[in-house]
Amino acid sequence: MIGRVARIAIIAAFLLLLIPALAVPAAAADGNIDKADTAWVLVCTALVFIMTPAVALFYGGMLRKESVLSMLGQSIIVIGIVTVIWVVIGYSLAFGPDMNGVIGGPDFVMLRSVGLTPSPVYATSIPQLEFMMFQGVFAIVTVALILGAVAERMRSKALIVFIVIWSILIYNPIAHWVWGSGGWIGKLGALDFAGGTVVHIASGVSALAAAMVLGKRFTAGDGNDVPHNIPLVILGGALLWVGWFGFNGGSALAANEVAVNAFVVTQIAAATAAVTWGTISWLHLGRPGVLGLITGGIAGLVAITPAAGYVDTTGAIIIGLGAGIFCYLGIIVRRRIRVDDALDVWGIHGVGGTWGAIATGIFATTAVNSAGKNGLLFGGTDLIVSQLIAVAAVWAFAFGATFVLLKAIGKFTELRLNKDEERIGADIIQHGESAYS
Amino acid sequence: MKKVEAVIRREKLNNVRDALESIGVPSMNVIEVSGSGEQKEFKQQWRASEYSVHLIPRIRLETVVSDQNAEAVAHEILKAAWTGSVGDGIIFITPIEEVVRVRTGEKGEDAI
Repeated sequence: MIGRVARIAIIAAFLLLLIPALAVPAAAADGNIDKADTAWVLVCTALVFIMTPAVALFYGGMLRKESVLSMLGQSIIVIGIVTVIWVVIGYSLAFGPDMNGVIGGPDFVMLRSVGLTPSPVYATSIPQLEFMMFQGVFAIVTVALILGAVAERMRSKALIVFIVIWSILIYNPIAHWVWGSGGWIGKLGALDFAGGTVVHIASGVSALAAAMVLGKRFTAGDGNDVPHNIPLVILGGALLWVGWFGFNGGSALAANEVAVNAFVVTQIAAATAAVTWGTISWLHLGRPGVLGLITGGIAGLVAITPAAGYVDTTGAIIIGLGAGIFCYLGIIVRRRIRVDDALDVWGIHGVGGTWGAIATGIFATTAVNSAGKNGLLFGGTDLIVSQLIAVAAVWAFAFGATFVLLKAIGKFTELRLNKDEERIGADIIQHGESAYS
Repeated sequence: MKKVEAVIRREKLNNVRDALESIGVPSMNVIEVSGSGEQKEFKQQWRASEYSVHLIPRIRLETVVSDQNAEAVAHEILKAAWTGSVGDGIIFITPIEEVVRVRTGEKGEDAI
Protein backbone atom coordinates (compact mmCIF):
# COMPACT_ATOMS: atom_id res chain seq x y z
CA MET A 1 0.00 0.00 0.00
CA ILE A 2 2.76 2.37 0.95
CA GLY A 3 4.67 1.22 -2.10
CA ARG A 4 1.81 2.19 -4.36
CA VAL A 5 1.43 5.60 -2.76
CA ALA A 6 5.13 6.20 -3.17
CA ARG A 7 4.95 5.20 -6.84
CA ILE A 8 2.05 7.52 -7.50
CA ALA A 9 3.90 10.33 -5.76
CA ILE A 10 6.97 9.78 -7.91
CA ILE A 11 4.90 9.74 -11.11
CA ALA A 12 3.09 12.88 -10.00
CA ALA A 13 6.42 14.57 -9.28
CA PHE A 14 7.64 13.68 -12.76
CA LEU A 15 4.44 14.99 -14.31
CA LEU A 16 4.91 18.27 -12.43
CA LEU A 17 8.45 18.48 -13.76
CA LEU A 18 7.10 18.03 -17.28
CA ILE A 19 4.75 20.98 -17.08
CA PRO A 20 7.36 23.66 -17.68
CA ALA A 21 8.84 21.54 -20.48
CA LEU A 22 5.45 21.26 -22.13
CA ALA A 23 4.88 24.95 -21.65
CA VAL A 24 8.00 25.88 -23.61
CA PRO A 25 6.66 25.07 -27.10
CA ALA A 26 3.40 26.84 -26.38
CA ALA A 27 5.31 29.89 -25.28
CA ALA A 28 7.60 29.68 -28.30
CA ALA A 29 4.71 29.89 -30.75
CA ASP A 30 4.06 33.51 -31.37
CA GLY A 31 0.35 33.09 -31.65
CA ASN A 32 -0.14 33.36 -35.37
CA ILE A 33 -0.66 29.67 -36.06
CA ASP A 34 -4.17 28.60 -36.97
CA LYS A 35 -5.28 25.69 -34.82
CA ALA A 36 -7.62 24.16 -37.39
CA ASP A 37 -4.93 24.29 -40.07
CA THR A 38 -2.38 22.82 -37.70
CA ALA A 39 -4.69 19.97 -36.71
CA TRP A 40 -5.63 19.16 -40.32
CA VAL A 41 -2.08 19.07 -41.60
CA LEU A 42 -1.00 16.86 -38.66
CA VAL A 43 -3.71 14.36 -39.58
CA CYS A 44 -2.75 14.55 -43.26
CA THR A 45 0.91 13.94 -42.39
CA ALA A 46 -0.08 10.69 -40.71
CA LEU A 47 -2.30 9.78 -43.68
CA VAL A 48 0.55 10.33 -46.13
CA PHE A 49 2.92 8.35 -43.91
CA ILE A 50 0.78 5.19 -44.15
CA MET A 51 1.10 5.38 -47.94
CA THR A 52 4.67 4.06 -47.80
CA PRO A 53 3.86 0.73 -46.10
CA ALA A 54 0.72 0.75 -48.28
CA VAL A 55 2.82 0.96 -51.45
CA ALA A 56 4.81 -2.02 -50.22
CA LEU A 57 1.64 -4.08 -49.61
CA PHE A 58 0.28 -3.00 -53.00
CA TYR A 59 3.54 -4.01 -54.68
CA GLY A 60 4.27 -7.05 -52.51
CA GLY A 61 1.03 -8.83 -53.36
CA MET A 62 1.92 -8.61 -57.05
CA LEU A 63 5.28 -10.34 -56.56
CA ARG A 64 6.12 -14.00 -56.12
CA LYS A 65 5.65 -15.20 -52.57
CA GLU A 66 9.44 -15.55 -52.36
CA SER A 67 9.92 -11.77 -52.68
CA VAL A 68 7.04 -10.15 -50.80
CA LEU A 69 8.99 -9.72 -47.59
CA SER A 70 11.91 -8.00 -49.30
CA MET A 71 9.48 -5.42 -50.68
CA LEU A 72 7.97 -4.78 -47.26
CA GLY A 73 11.43 -4.62 -45.72
CA GLN A 74 12.71 -2.18 -48.33
CA SER A 75 9.82 0.16 -47.58
CA ILE A 76 10.78 0.23 -43.91
CA ILE A 77 14.42 0.81 -44.87
CA VAL A 78 13.26 3.77 -46.98
CA ILE A 79 11.22 5.16 -44.08
CA GLY A 80 14.24 4.94 -41.80
CA ILE A 81 16.90 6.31 -44.13
CA VAL A 82 14.91 9.05 -45.82
CA THR A 83 13.52 10.38 -42.54
CA VAL A 84 17.02 10.85 -41.18
CA ILE A 85 18.32 12.33 -44.44
CA TRP A 86 15.35 14.68 -44.55
CA VAL A 87 15.91 16.19 -41.11
CA VAL A 88 19.70 16.30 -41.48
CA ILE A 89 19.93 17.89 -44.93
CA GLY A 90 17.01 17.10 -47.25
CA TYR A 91 14.56 19.68 -45.96
CA SER A 92 17.21 22.35 -46.19
CA LEU A 93 18.14 21.44 -49.78
CA ALA A 94 14.48 21.48 -50.81
CA PHE A 95 13.11 24.37 -48.78
CA GLY A 96 16.14 26.30 -47.52
CA PRO A 97 16.71 29.85 -48.82
CA ASP A 98 16.97 29.69 -52.61
CA MET A 99 20.31 29.56 -54.39
CA ASN A 100 19.94 30.52 -58.08
CA GLY A 101 16.59 28.76 -58.40
CA VAL A 102 18.38 25.41 -58.31
CA ILE A 103 18.72 24.30 -54.70
CA GLY A 104 17.97 25.39 -51.15
CA GLY A 105 20.75 26.74 -48.92
CA PRO A 106 22.10 25.10 -45.76
CA ASP A 107 20.19 27.25 -43.24
CA PHE A 108 17.89 24.42 -42.16
CA VAL A 109 20.52 21.67 -41.81
CA MET A 110 19.66 19.58 -38.72
CA LEU A 111 16.41 21.61 -38.65
CA ARG A 112 18.32 24.55 -37.29
CA SER A 113 15.86 27.43 -36.90
CA VAL A 114 12.97 25.25 -38.08
CA GLY A 115 10.69 25.86 -35.14
CA LEU A 116 7.16 26.07 -33.93
CA THR A 117 6.47 29.41 -35.55
CA PRO A 118 5.30 29.44 -39.16
CA SER A 119 7.74 29.93 -41.98
CA PRO A 120 7.33 33.38 -43.57
CA VAL A 121 7.07 31.82 -47.06
CA TYR A 122 5.58 28.32 -46.73
CA ALA A 123 2.35 27.33 -45.00
CA THR A 124 2.13 30.56 -43.06
CA SER A 125 -0.56 29.40 -40.63
CA ILE A 126 1.09 26.24 -39.26
CA PRO A 127 4.39 25.65 -37.43
CA GLN A 128 7.30 25.26 -39.83
CA LEU A 129 8.29 22.09 -37.98
CA GLU A 130 4.95 20.61 -39.04
CA PHE A 131 5.39 21.74 -42.65
CA MET A 132 8.82 20.05 -42.57
CA MET A 133 7.31 16.74 -41.46
CA PHE A 134 4.44 16.93 -43.97
CA GLN A 135 6.99 17.43 -46.75
CA GLY A 136 9.14 14.70 -45.22
CA VAL A 137 6.53 11.99 -45.69
CA PHE A 138 6.29 13.00 -49.37
CA ALA A 139 10.06 12.58 -49.71
CA ILE A 140 9.72 9.11 -48.18
CA VAL A 141 6.87 7.84 -50.35
CA THR A 142 8.51 9.12 -53.54
CA VAL A 143 11.57 6.95 -52.97
CA ALA A 144 9.37 3.99 -51.98
CA LEU A 145 7.49 4.17 -55.28
CA ILE A 146 10.69 3.39 -57.22
CA LEU A 147 11.04 0.06 -55.37
CA GLY A 148 8.41 -1.46 -57.66
CA ALA A 149 10.70 -1.17 -60.68
CA VAL A 150 13.72 -2.91 -59.16
CA ALA A 151 11.70 -5.51 -57.25
CA GLU A 152 12.94 -9.06 -56.66
CA ARG A 153 16.46 -8.51 -57.88
CA MET A 154 18.32 -5.52 -56.42
CA ARG A 155 20.95 -6.19 -53.78
CA SER A 156 20.39 -4.54 -50.41
CA LYS A 157 23.78 -2.79 -50.29
CA ALA A 158 23.39 -1.23 -53.73
CA LEU A 159 19.79 -0.31 -52.99
CA ILE A 160 20.68 1.48 -49.77
CA VAL A 161 23.40 3.53 -51.50
CA PHE A 162 20.89 4.32 -54.24
CA ILE A 163 18.21 5.41 -51.76
CA VAL A 164 20.61 7.76 -49.95
CA ILE A 165 22.00 9.44 -53.07
CA TRP A 166 18.71 9.53 -54.99
CA SER A 167 16.94 11.16 -52.08
CA ILE A 168 19.63 13.81 -51.59
CA LEU A 169 20.67 14.59 -55.15
CA ILE A 170 17.57 13.88 -57.21
CA TYR A 171 14.47 14.33 -55.05
CA ASN A 172 15.56 17.45 -53.21
CA PRO A 173 16.53 19.53 -56.25
CA ILE A 174 13.26 18.64 -58.02
CA ALA A 175 11.25 19.51 -54.90
CA HIS A 176 13.10 22.82 -54.72
CA TRP A 177 12.59 23.67 -58.41
CA VAL A 178 8.84 23.09 -58.16
CA TRP A 179 7.90 23.93 -54.57
CA GLY A 180 10.84 25.79 -53.08
CA SER A 181 10.45 29.55 -52.83
CA GLY A 182 12.49 30.86 -55.76
CA GLY A 183 12.74 27.46 -57.47
CA TRP A 184 13.00 27.94 -61.24
CA ILE A 185 10.04 25.76 -62.26
CA GLY A 186 7.76 27.40 -59.71
CA LYS A 187 8.94 30.85 -60.84
CA LEU A 188 8.11 29.87 -64.41
CA GLY A 189 4.50 29.64 -63.28
CA ALA A 190 4.06 25.88 -63.43
CA LEU A 191 1.48 24.46 -61.00
CA ASP A 192 1.94 21.21 -59.10
CA PHE A 193 -0.58 21.05 -56.30
CA ALA A 194 0.51 17.87 -54.52
CA GLY A 195 3.35 16.34 -56.49
CA GLY A 196 2.49 15.28 -60.06
CA THR A 197 6.00 16.23 -61.15
CA VAL A 198 7.88 16.13 -57.84
CA VAL A 199 6.53 12.78 -56.67
CA HIS A 200 5.05 10.89 -59.60
CA ILE A 201 7.06 11.91 -62.66
CA ALA A 202 10.25 11.90 -60.58
CA SER A 203 9.66 8.38 -59.24
CA GLY A 204 8.01 6.96 -62.37
CA VAL A 205 10.68 8.11 -64.79
CA SER A 206 13.49 7.16 -62.41
CA ALA A 207 11.85 3.75 -62.16
CA LEU A 208 12.09 3.36 -65.92
CA ALA A 209 15.78 4.30 -65.91
CA ALA A 210 16.46 1.96 -62.97
CA ALA A 211 14.72 -0.96 -64.65
CA MET A 212 16.76 -0.33 -67.81
CA VAL A 213 20.07 -0.29 -65.96
CA LEU A 214 19.24 -3.39 -63.89
CA GLY A 215 17.85 -5.41 -66.78
CA LYS A 216 15.20 -8.09 -66.79
CA ARG A 217 14.59 -10.43 -63.90
CA PHE A 218 15.74 -13.97 -64.66
CA THR A 219 12.39 -15.10 -63.33
CA ALA A 220 10.33 -12.72 -65.50
CA GLY A 221 8.12 -14.57 -67.94
CA ASP A 222 8.93 -18.00 -66.50
CA GLY A 223 5.28 -18.59 -65.67
CA ASN A 224 5.71 -18.08 -61.92
CA ASP A 225 5.89 -14.31 -62.07
CA VAL A 226 2.22 -13.78 -61.38
CA PRO A 227 0.65 -11.96 -58.41
CA HIS A 228 0.81 -14.24 -55.37
CA ASN A 229 -1.78 -12.43 -53.24
CA ILE A 230 -4.26 -10.08 -54.87
CA PRO A 231 -6.16 -9.37 -51.60
CA LEU A 232 -2.86 -7.94 -50.28
CA VAL A 233 -2.71 -5.71 -53.36
CA ILE A 234 -6.24 -4.50 -52.67
CA LEU A 235 -5.40 -3.85 -49.02
CA GLY A 236 -2.37 -1.78 -50.02
CA GLY A 237 -4.35 -0.03 -52.74
CA ALA A 238 -7.16 0.80 -50.32
CA LEU A 239 -4.70 2.22 -47.78
CA LEU A 240 -3.09 4.25 -50.56
CA TRP A 241 -6.50 5.59 -51.57
CA VAL A 242 -7.24 6.66 -47.99
CA GLY A 243 -3.78 8.16 -47.61
CA TRP A 244 -4.26 10.13 -50.79
CA PHE A 245 -6.95 12.24 -49.15
CA GLY A 246 -4.17 13.48 -46.89
CA PHE A 247 -1.73 13.74 -49.78
CA ASN A 248 -3.99 16.01 -51.84
CA GLY A 249 -6.27 17.43 -49.15
CA GLY A 250 -3.28 18.27 -46.96
CA SER A 251 -1.43 20.00 -49.77
CA ALA A 252 -3.70 22.99 -49.30
CA LEU A 253 -1.66 23.29 -46.07
CA ALA A 254 -4.77 24.65 -44.40
CA ALA A 255 -8.26 23.48 -43.47
CA ASN A 256 -9.92 25.63 -46.09
CA GLU A 257 -11.98 25.65 -49.31
CA VAL A 258 -9.07 24.52 -51.46
CA ALA A 259 -8.52 21.51 -49.19
CA VAL A 260 -12.15 20.50 -49.56
CA ASN A 261 -12.01 20.87 -53.33
CA ALA A 262 -8.81 18.81 -53.49
CA PHE A 263 -10.37 16.12 -51.29
CA VAL A 264 -13.50 15.85 -53.43
CA VAL A 265 -11.88 15.88 -56.88
CA THR A 266 -9.43 13.25 -55.61
CA GLN A 267 -12.32 10.86 -55.02
CA ILE A 268 -13.98 11.76 -58.33
CA ALA A 269 -10.86 11.17 -60.43
CA ALA A 270 -9.94 7.92 -58.67
CA ALA A 271 -13.44 6.50 -59.04
CA THR A 272 -13.66 7.52 -62.70
CA ALA A 273 -10.28 5.96 -63.47
CA ALA A 274 -11.18 2.68 -61.70
CA VAL A 275 -14.36 2.37 -63.77
CA THR A 276 -12.51 3.35 -66.94
CA TRP A 277 -9.78 0.76 -66.35
CA GLY A 278 -12.35 -1.94 -65.59
CA THR A 279 -14.23 -1.13 -68.79
CA ILE A 280 -11.10 -1.17 -70.92
CA SER A 281 -9.97 -4.55 -69.55
CA TRP A 282 -13.50 -5.90 -70.05
CA LEU A 283 -13.38 -4.88 -73.71
CA HIS A 284 -9.74 -5.91 -74.17
CA LEU A 285 -9.60 -9.21 -72.28
CA GLY A 286 -13.24 -10.15 -71.91
CA ARG A 287 -13.47 -9.70 -68.12
CA PRO A 288 -12.83 -6.83 -65.71
CA GLY A 289 -9.80 -7.87 -63.64
CA VAL A 290 -9.86 -6.98 -59.95
CA LEU A 291 -6.17 -6.12 -59.94
CA GLY A 292 -6.96 -3.81 -62.84
CA LEU A 293 -9.80 -2.10 -60.99
CA ILE A 294 -7.59 -1.10 -58.06
CA THR A 295 -4.75 -0.20 -60.43
CA GLY A 296 -7.14 2.10 -62.27
CA GLY A 297 -8.06 3.77 -58.99
CA ILE A 298 -4.40 4.39 -58.21
CA ALA A 299 -3.82 5.76 -61.74
CA GLY A 300 -6.65 8.24 -61.17
CA LEU A 301 -5.18 9.30 -57.83
CA VAL A 302 -1.81 9.88 -59.47
CA ALA A 303 -3.25 11.96 -62.29
CA ILE A 304 -5.39 14.21 -60.08
CA THR A 305 -2.46 14.91 -57.74
CA PRO A 306 -1.01 17.96 -59.54
CA ALA A 307 -4.47 19.27 -60.39
CA ALA A 308 -6.42 18.67 -57.18
CA GLY A 309 -6.31 22.27 -55.92
CA TYR A 310 -7.07 23.82 -59.30
CA VAL A 311 -9.76 21.84 -61.13
CA ASP A 312 -13.50 21.36 -60.73
CA THR A 313 -15.75 18.31 -61.13
CA THR A 314 -15.65 18.29 -64.94
CA GLY A 315 -11.87 18.54 -64.92
CA ALA A 316 -11.63 15.70 -62.38
CA ILE A 317 -13.81 13.35 -64.42
CA ILE A 318 -11.83 13.98 -67.61
CA ILE A 319 -8.55 13.56 -65.74
CA GLY A 320 -9.80 10.26 -64.29
CA LEU A 321 -10.94 9.09 -67.72
CA GLY A 322 -7.57 9.98 -69.25
CA ALA A 323 -5.71 8.28 -66.39
CA GLY A 324 -7.52 4.99 -67.03
CA ILE A 325 -6.80 5.13 -70.76
CA PHE A 326 -3.22 6.41 -70.76
CA CYS A 327 -1.94 4.29 -67.88
CA TYR A 328 -3.48 1.14 -69.39
CA LEU A 329 -1.66 1.98 -72.61
CA GLY A 330 1.45 2.79 -70.58
CA ILE A 331 1.57 -0.76 -69.25
CA ILE A 332 1.12 -2.21 -72.73
CA VAL A 333 3.86 0.04 -74.13
CA ARG A 334 6.22 -0.91 -71.27
CA ARG A 335 5.76 -4.60 -72.11
CA ARG A 336 6.32 -3.87 -75.81
CA ILE A 337 9.64 -2.14 -75.20
CA ARG A 338 10.66 -5.10 -73.01
CA VAL A 339 11.80 -3.10 -70.00
CA ASP A 340 11.26 -5.05 -66.79
CA ASP A 341 9.80 -2.23 -64.70
CA ALA A 342 8.41 -5.07 -62.65
CA LEU A 343 5.34 -3.37 -61.18
CA ASP A 344 4.79 -0.69 -63.80
CA VAL A 345 5.89 2.30 -61.75
CA TRP A 346 6.49 4.19 -64.99
CA GLY A 347 3.20 3.08 -66.53
CA ILE A 348 1.18 4.31 -63.57
CA HIS A 349 3.20 7.10 -61.93
CA GLY A 350 5.29 8.31 -64.87
CA VAL A 351 2.46 8.29 -67.38
CA GLY A 352 -0.27 9.26 -64.90
CA GLY A 353 1.82 12.08 -63.44
CA THR A 354 2.60 13.40 -66.92
CA TRP A 355 -1.06 13.31 -67.94
CA GLY A 356 -2.04 15.05 -64.70
CA ALA A 357 0.56 17.79 -65.10
CA ILE A 358 -0.49 18.49 -68.68
CA ALA A 359 -4.19 18.25 -67.79
CA THR A 360 -3.61 20.87 -65.08
CA GLY A 361 -2.55 23.19 -67.89
CA ILE A 362 -5.84 22.49 -69.65
CA PHE A 363 -8.46 22.28 -66.88
CA ALA A 364 -7.16 24.56 -64.10
CA THR A 365 -9.54 27.37 -63.22
CA THR A 366 -9.25 30.31 -60.88
CA ALA A 367 -12.91 29.76 -60.00
CA VAL A 368 -11.67 26.91 -57.78
CA ASN A 369 -8.54 28.57 -56.43
CA SER A 370 -7.75 32.25 -56.84
CA ALA A 371 -4.09 31.48 -56.19
CA GLY A 372 -4.11 29.20 -59.26
CA LYS A 373 -4.30 30.03 -62.94
CA ASN A 374 -6.63 29.46 -65.84
CA GLY A 375 -5.78 26.57 -68.14
CA LEU A 376 -6.40 26.35 -71.88
CA LEU A 377 -10.08 25.56 -71.41
CA PHE A 378 -10.59 28.75 -69.42
CA GLY A 379 -8.68 31.03 -71.75
CA GLY A 380 -5.20 30.82 -70.21
CA THR A 381 -2.39 29.94 -72.62
CA ASP A 382 0.71 30.52 -70.45
CA LEU A 383 0.02 27.73 -67.99
CA ILE A 384 0.11 24.84 -70.47
CA VAL A 385 3.50 26.05 -71.73
CA SER A 386 5.02 26.16 -68.24
CA GLN A 387 3.45 22.76 -67.45
CA LEU A 388 5.09 21.25 -70.54
CA ILE A 389 8.46 22.76 -69.65
CA ALA A 390 8.13 21.42 -66.08
CA VAL A 391 7.26 17.94 -67.36
CA ALA A 392 10.15 17.91 -69.84
CA ALA A 393 12.67 19.18 -67.29
CA VAL A 394 11.72 16.68 -64.58
CA TRP A 395 11.61 13.81 -67.09
CA ALA A 396 15.07 14.65 -68.42
CA PHE A 397 16.67 15.21 -65.03
CA ALA A 398 15.10 12.21 -63.29
CA PHE A 399 15.87 9.84 -66.14
CA GLY A 400 19.40 11.05 -66.81
CA ALA A 401 20.48 11.39 -63.19
CA THR A 402 19.04 8.03 -62.11
CA PHE A 403 20.61 6.27 -65.08
CA VAL A 404 24.05 7.72 -64.38
CA LEU A 405 23.73 7.17 -60.63
CA LEU A 406 22.94 3.47 -60.95
CA LYS A 407 25.66 2.93 -63.56
CA ALA A 408 28.10 4.57 -61.13
CA ILE A 409 26.96 2.50 -58.14
CA GLY A 410 27.33 -0.58 -60.34
CA LYS A 411 31.04 0.21 -60.75
CA PHE A 412 31.59 -0.25 -57.01
CA THR A 413 29.18 -2.95 -55.99
CA GLU A 414 27.01 -5.67 -57.49
CA LEU A 415 23.58 -4.21 -58.32
CA ARG A 416 21.72 -7.48 -58.64
CA LEU A 417 21.24 -10.89 -57.16
CA ASN A 418 22.63 -13.65 -59.35
CA LYS A 419 20.41 -16.12 -61.18
CA ASP A 420 20.28 -18.77 -58.47
CA GLU A 421 19.73 -16.24 -55.69
CA GLU A 422 16.89 -14.66 -57.61
CA ARG A 423 15.24 -18.05 -58.16
CA ILE A 424 15.49 -18.89 -54.46
CA GLY A 425 14.06 -15.46 -53.74
CA ALA A 426 15.10 -12.16 -52.22
CA ASP A 427 13.37 -12.89 -48.90
CA ILE A 428 15.63 -15.77 -47.92
CA ILE A 429 18.76 -14.55 -49.71
CA GLN A 430 18.72 -10.96 -48.43
CA HIS A 431 16.83 -11.20 -45.16
CA GLY A 432 17.05 -14.82 -44.03
CA GLU A 433 13.30 -14.95 -43.58
CA SER A 434 10.33 -16.24 -45.52
CA ALA A 435 6.95 -14.55 -45.55
CA TYR A 436 4.86 -17.66 -45.17
CA SER A 437 5.94 -20.72 -43.28
CA MET B 1 -4.44 -55.18 -51.21
CA LYS B 2 -4.78 -52.34 -53.66
CA LYS B 3 -4.15 -48.64 -53.55
CA VAL B 4 -6.86 -46.62 -55.27
CA GLU B 5 -5.63 -43.16 -56.26
CA ALA B 6 -8.13 -40.76 -57.71
CA VAL B 7 -7.42 -37.33 -59.17
CA ILE B 8 -10.68 -35.45 -58.90
CA ARG B 9 -12.16 -31.97 -59.08
CA ARG B 10 -11.67 -30.00 -55.89
CA GLU B 11 -15.35 -29.31 -55.53
CA LYS B 12 -16.16 -33.05 -55.72
CA LEU B 13 -14.06 -34.02 -52.70
CA ASN B 14 -16.93 -33.96 -50.23
CA ASN B 15 -19.17 -36.04 -52.52
CA VAL B 16 -16.46 -38.62 -52.97
CA ARG B 17 -15.62 -38.76 -49.27
CA ASP B 18 -19.28 -39.23 -48.32
CA ALA B 19 -19.70 -41.95 -50.94
CA LEU B 20 -16.66 -43.88 -49.69
CA GLU B 21 -17.75 -43.54 -46.09
CA SER B 22 -21.17 -44.94 -47.01
CA ILE B 23 -19.52 -48.17 -48.26
CA GLY B 24 -17.33 -48.43 -45.18
CA VAL B 25 -14.09 -46.90 -46.45
CA PRO B 26 -13.33 -43.97 -44.11
CA SER B 27 -9.51 -44.04 -44.41
CA MET B 28 -7.92 -41.80 -46.98
CA ASN B 29 -5.22 -39.23 -47.65
CA VAL B 30 -6.07 -36.08 -49.53
CA ILE B 31 -3.42 -34.01 -51.30
CA GLU B 32 -3.72 -30.80 -53.27
CA VAL B 33 -2.10 -31.26 -56.64
CA SER B 34 -1.89 -29.45 -59.93
CA GLY B 35 -1.55 -31.16 -63.23
CA SER B 36 -2.49 -31.31 -66.86
CA GLY B 37 -4.48 -33.73 -68.93
CA GLU B 38 -7.04 -33.47 -71.68
CA GLN B 39 -8.44 -30.22 -70.29
CA LYS B 40 -7.07 -27.18 -72.12
CA GLU B 41 -5.14 -24.41 -70.37
CA PHE B 42 -7.17 -21.48 -69.13
CA LYS B 43 -6.49 -17.75 -69.12
CA GLN B 44 -5.96 -15.42 -66.19
CA GLN B 45 -5.23 -11.72 -66.43
CA TRP B 46 -2.44 -9.64 -64.96
CA ARG B 47 -2.99 -5.90 -65.56
CA ALA B 48 -3.57 -5.29 -69.25
CA SER B 49 -2.39 -8.73 -70.34
CA GLU B 50 -3.30 -12.39 -70.09
CA TYR B 51 -1.33 -15.45 -69.15
CA SER B 52 -2.13 -19.14 -69.55
CA VAL B 53 -2.46 -21.51 -66.65
CA HIS B 54 -1.36 -24.94 -67.90
CA LEU B 55 -1.34 -26.82 -64.61
CA ILE B 56 -4.83 -27.02 -63.20
CA PRO B 57 -5.47 -27.47 -59.49
CA ARG B 58 -7.03 -30.81 -58.48
CA ILE B 59 -7.34 -33.05 -55.45
CA ARG B 60 -5.59 -36.41 -55.28
CA LEU B 61 -7.31 -38.81 -52.93
CA GLU B 62 -5.68 -42.10 -52.05
CA THR B 63 -6.94 -45.05 -50.08
CA VAL B 64 -5.73 -48.61 -49.60
CA VAL B 65 -8.36 -51.39 -49.58
CA SER B 66 -8.61 -55.15 -49.87
CA ASP B 67 -8.39 -56.69 -53.35
CA GLN B 68 -12.10 -57.48 -53.52
CA ASN B 69 -13.13 -53.91 -52.46
CA ALA B 70 -11.00 -52.08 -55.01
CA GLU B 71 -13.56 -52.34 -57.82
CA ALA B 72 -16.39 -51.04 -55.59
CA VAL B 73 -14.30 -48.13 -54.34
CA ALA B 74 -13.35 -47.12 -57.87
CA HIS B 75 -16.99 -47.40 -58.89
CA GLU B 76 -18.15 -45.14 -56.03
CA ILE B 77 -15.50 -42.55 -56.87
CA LEU B 78 -16.54 -42.67 -60.52
CA LYS B 79 -20.18 -42.02 -59.60
CA ALA B 80 -19.44 -39.27 -57.07
CA ALA B 81 -16.81 -37.37 -59.06
CA TRP B 82 -18.48 -37.49 -62.46
CA THR B 83 -19.76 -34.34 -64.21
CA GLY B 84 -19.36 -35.41 -67.83
CA SER B 85 -17.12 -32.48 -68.76
CA VAL B 86 -13.46 -32.69 -69.71
CA GLY B 87 -11.35 -32.61 -66.54
CA ASP B 88 -13.28 -35.02 -64.33
CA GLY B 89 -10.04 -36.76 -63.45
CA ILE B 90 -8.56 -40.22 -63.44
CA ILE B 91 -8.28 -43.26 -61.15
CA PHE B 92 -5.17 -45.43 -60.72
CA ILE B 93 -5.26 -48.83 -59.01
CA THR B 94 -1.96 -50.39 -57.98
CA PRO B 95 -1.03 -53.45 -55.90
CA ILE B 96 0.25 -52.89 -52.36
CA GLU B 97 2.79 -55.33 -50.97
CA GLU B 98 2.39 -54.82 -47.25
CA VAL B 99 0.65 -52.58 -44.73
CA VAL B 100 1.66 -52.15 -41.08
CA ARG B 101 -0.43 -50.24 -38.58
CA VAL B 102 1.87 -48.15 -36.40
CA ARG B 103 -0.07 -48.31 -33.12
CA THR B 104 -0.72 -52.04 -33.00
CA GLY B 105 1.83 -53.55 -35.33
CA GLU B 106 -0.98 -55.37 -37.19
CA LYS B 107 -0.11 -56.37 -40.72
CA GLY B 108 -1.90 -56.98 -43.99
CA GLU B 109 -5.66 -56.58 -44.41
CA ASP B 110 -6.12 -56.37 -40.64
CA ALA B 111 -4.19 -53.12 -40.69
CA ILE B 112 -6.31 -51.28 -43.23
